[in-house]
Amino acid sequence: MTLFGYRLPAMSSLLLWALVWEIVGQLDLTFFVPPLSEVMVTLTSVIGTSPFLKALSETAQAFAAGVFFAVVIGIPVGILMGKSRLIDELLLPWVNMFLSAPLTALVPVLMVLFGFGMKSIIITTTLFAIWIIILNTRAGVLQINRSLVEMAHSYGASPLQAFYKIYFWAALPEILGGVRIGVIRAVKGVIIGQLLISIVGFGALFELYANNFLMAHFWAVLIVLFALAFSVSEFLAYLERRVSYYAASR
Amino acid sequence: MVMPQIKEAVDTAALPETDNAVVARSVSKTYGDVEALKNLTLEFPRGQLTSLLGPSGCGKTTLLKIIAGLLKPTSGEIEVNGKPVTGPGPDRAFVFQDFALMPWATVLRNVAFGLELRGVARSEREAIAEKYIADVGLKGFENSYPHQLSGGMRQRVGLARALSVDADVLLMDEPFSAVDEQTRRKFQEDLLNLVQHENKTFIFVTHSIEEAVYVSDQIAILLPRPSRVSEIIRPTDLRHKNTDTLRRDPEYLDIVDSIWASLRSYVE
Ligand SMILES: Nc1ncnc2c1ncn2[C@@H]1O[C@H](COP(=O)(O)OP(=O)(O)OP(=O)(O)O)[C@@H](O)[C@H]1O
Ligand SMILES: [Mg+2]
Repeated sequence: MTLFGYRLPAMSSLLLWALVWEIVGQLDLTFFVPPLSEVMVTLTSVIGTSPFLKALSETAQAFAAGVFFAVVIGIPVGILMGKSRLIDELLLPWVNMFLSAPLTALVPVLMVLFGFGMKSIIITTTLFAIWIIILNTRAGVLQINRSLVEMAHSYGASPLQAFYKIYFWAALPEILGGVRIGVIRAVKGVIIGQLLISIVGFGALFELYANNFLMAHFWAVLIVLFALAFSVSEFLAYLERRVSYYAASR
Repeated sequence: MVMPQIKEAVDTAALPETDNAVVARSVSKTYGDVEALKNLTLEFPRGQLTSLLGPSGCGKTTLLKIIAGLLKPTSGEIEVNGKPVTGPGPDRAFVFQDFALMPWATVLRNVAFGLELRGVARSEREAIAEKYIADVGLKGFENSYPHQLSGGMRQRVGLARALSVDADVLLMDEPFSAVDEQTRRKFQEDLLNLVQHENKTFIFVTHSIEEAVYVSDQIAILLPRPSRVSEIIRPTDLRHKNTDTLRRDPEYLDIVDSIWASLRSYVE
């Protein structure tokens, strides 16, 4: 981006908003927004403490497990839907429904079904992430060049070989796009799970800080969470760019 | 039923006894209520190149895919080496009009893909693939990706892939239609060499009368839906002539003209 002929550095919009934040904080307009500098100081003091590290590992585990299931279930289901009209007709209405459903409202049901522990949190995370992964994978498979499939078939590929040697790779650009959005949704899922189901991990920290009006702490944890989600999503975007060279030429 | 009339385009001397690598027996194919092929019977002599020539939409691709085992005929049957076809098999290899290369795989892996699917060990299949990559003139491009190659080079990859599985029958669906004219002529010469030196049966779909006459041992002319063989032409004599001057040869030109005469009524 350029402004008045000057090239602005990559994150300049972030810098601008950081400045606005600092000014609003210094003006002391609301207790809800402490100055960014105060948040950063809190951040450095909090980040090494054992409650924080414990919360981080609890959240990371639930998040990783939830994303893992969303990916290993979502991708094959999406491929099957793209391959088979029958399976597609059966599942598509459900996928579309869950994609736009207010999943938070389902969390109490999950608690009844799966208890108040880690299991329910992981399932919540998976439920937030999986639908967009399924839909994107399906879209990727639907646009596969027919002759690529015929090629595999004519050279004797078994259905399983066609599945992981052709369909998966041909749909990979869309799959990665779906996983990237799914991961962002999973962050939401894991926090909601940790707030509503059992108060652990970052969810517990948010609850604790919010209830005690420790806004600097609250924002500090939120920034850490944002940074983690941003890194994962940027990494996936990087992978997406790595395969984009063939997305155009399929 | 209209029987195909066999017309000897050049000489009337009896053909040497040839056995057939592929036989199509009264093959019919309907798509919904579109009758693509009706009662088509055709023999493909071993070691020779047979062209399927005909107007667009007359069912050439359909016939080729049925022979490949990619489509099931509505009735009738295909025999390859005396055995009825029930699906794709290692005795046939397909060369696709749009190349059908895996864009995420290198030339080497694309060429070795047929062998990979058969479970041939990596070092072995890559050695075989390297040989055929060199044969089609792509030495040095083993580690390139398809999007880095020109259309002509991509089709050479498709050809190398078909050759490397060492099938008896090569099925080619308009393989040269997506490449430029110069490349196409070079391909036609290479194809003639292949027919001569590889002991394989070629089934070749084309739109081009000149191309068919230039490369074929036998030309089957298909007429529009419901399609059947209207004429079989064997430009036997041409095969012994010098390919450099073939395009100026009176016999060559006569055959091209006579095919055009029988096809022109179907082309608006
Ligand atoms: N999957 C399909 N569903 C319905 N009709 C089809 C299908 N495939 C082919 N057809 C029809 O069958 C007929 C023969 O098609 P085919 O592709 O075999 O023709 P072709 O001779 O290869 O044509 P071209 O020279 O244009 O490639 C056409 O009229 C086409 O519309
Ligand atoms: Mg065709």
